Amino acid sequence: MSTTTQTTPSAPRHASRGDVRVNQWRVVVSEWIKLRSLRSTLYLLLGAAAAVIGFALLASAAVSGQIEGPRDREQGAGGGGPGFAFDPTSISLSGVMLAQMIIGVLGVLVMSGEYSTGMIRSSLSAVPKRLPVLWAKALVLSGVTLVLMLLAVFIAFLASQPILAGADMDGALTDEGVVTALIGAAFYLTGVGVLGIALGALLRNTAGAITTLFAALLVAPGLLGLVLPTDWAESMSPYMPSNAGQAIMSAGDNSPGLLDTAAGLAVFSGYIIVLLAAAAFALTRRDA
Amino acid sequence: MIEVRGLSKHYGDKVAVDDVSFTVRPGVVTGFLGPNGAGKSTTMRMIVGLDRPSAGTVSVNGRPFRDHPAPLAEVGSLLEAKAVHTGRSAYSHLLAMAATTGIPRRRVDEVIDLVGLHEVARKRAGGFSLGMGQRLGIASALLGDPQTLLLDEPVNGLDPDGVLWIRNLLKSLAAEGRTVFVSSHLMSEMALTAEHLIVIGRGRLIADSSTAEFIDRASHKSVRVRSPELSRLRGLLAGPDVTLTSHGDDTLHVTGLSSDEIGQRAGAERITLHELAPQQASLEEAFMELTQDAVEYHATTATTTVETQKAAS
Repeated sequence: MSTTTQTTPSAPRHASRGDVRVNQWRVVVSEWIKLRSLRSTLYLLLGAAAAVIGFALLASAAVSGQIEGPRDREQGAGGGGPGFAFDPTSISLSGVMLAQMIIGVLGVLVMSGEYSTGMIRSSLSAVPKRLPVLWAKALVLSGVTLVLMLLAVFIAFLASQPILAGADMDGALTDEGVVTALIGAAFYLTGVGVLGIALGALLRNTAGAITTLFAALLVAPGLLGLVLPTDWAESMSPYMPSNAGQAIMSAGDNSPGLLDTAAGLAVFSGYIIVLLAAAAFALTRRDA
Repeated sequence: MIEVRGLSKHYGDKVAVDDVSFTVRPGVVTGFLGPNGAGKSTTMRMIVGLDRPSAGTVSVNGRPFRDHPAPLAEVGSLLEAKAVHTGRSAYSHLLAMAATTGIPRRRVDEVIDLVGLHEVARKRAGGFSLGMGQRLGIASALLGDPQTLLLDEPVNGLDPDGVLWIRNLLKSLAAEGRTVFVSSHLMSEMALTAEHLIVIGRGRLIADSSTAEFIDRASHKSVRVRSPELSRLRGLLAGPDVTLTSHGDDTLHVTGLSSDEIGQRAGAERITLHELAPQQASLEEAFMELTQDAVEYHATTATTTVETQKAAS
């Protein structure tokens, strides 16, 4: 045969270029570059922060009677879901409902965007062990979201109090449970982003993952009451992800429909861990 | 060096790759040839661990790709055009890829200049033409200065300039002692670029030989003769093992005799020749012939048949 004689596989020649091994930290840096180099990331994050702050101001103004409110205040805790109360903290967190949808979409896109564009094949051939990519995405998005949402909820709370003071309904950060509830809200929003990543990795499809996420967060609690006997629905309702989340962002005693803060935290974290584990399993098993 | 052993991939009932074994050696450009759907891309995806083999093993420089601590420095791959997020600029894409393995920013600028994307590096990759997308893919593949290059249809969408550039690039990379494995369904392109060929059809290995040998094996060499005295010439050339085929009034295709021999016989009889041209089957024809065999028989049978014939002759 006229083929070349079998040469010995050449020794690594990259010694001169320094250490080029993949490690978890380097993948985190890579995911950070990916996150910040997409315009959609910026828009969605700003949108979520604007939702948290804007709705807090709007709700404060409505509740304190400065603008026409949608609810009849005389009815007390008539509106809203379980645990809804007219305390200054929950009014300041009115925007969390909308913000969770925005952060959820961002989380889904972080993963499904790679599948829809084919980027995933580049990512996984650079990091063939695959799992570091998933962990890095979760870590980077959590870090960014947590910092930004902490800022947003604290600004929302502090900016709402002067408005609520007009109706003598204001509170202070030093009130019992307020700081915990605000941190809880930021944690919840961060967690929803991670749930989005996990669903994006599991379903590999943007529309499917967003639909599933919204169904789980927004539709499922209401659906329980329709399809299950009342007492079952009532006992299961607190364990729904959004209700468990509600439990960690309520100041003071939680209403009967909710778990207490610690249990809510455990249940919500449980959802994140289980879905992330499922995503990790799927990512390593499936063909990219 | 890429070693593929008994590799198979099934998707349900469909067999995409069927018990394929071959070795891609460093120092030469190895072409990976086959019609569409032959299993080229699937094989390449299994080499870099994107698809899991149903059976068999693949190793790159001695171990499975995923066990290499520095994958980008080991294998650079272009598996399909635009494995890039459409919303990200070429520069950010390469920067993110480089970051996974600590490749400095300087190298990103280097590969951007190398593939000629300097002017559009800051633009969103979603707006790139197919050719620009290919260049970006090649830039990603070269990023880690890898020992092994794996390129799936790299000339797709490139203009003639780009095709020439790729051809020279691949040859120079191979000349540096790297392993270069390039798939294509363009036989003519492979004939110019690859020294060695691995041919598959319907998921099975059809040939693993040097390009020259591949063409040789599959082609029936013939000589085209044009002469105003064709009938006299016919009588002169006829014999066992010689086939004469007329084309029109003055053209004859001769197999079984070399052009030297035909010229001498004609000269001895003072027969005027207007043309005496050895015909070599193109890689295209050689390829068609071999893949036809693969349809009729098992690939292995086809290969051995050809070899036995050769040995007998």
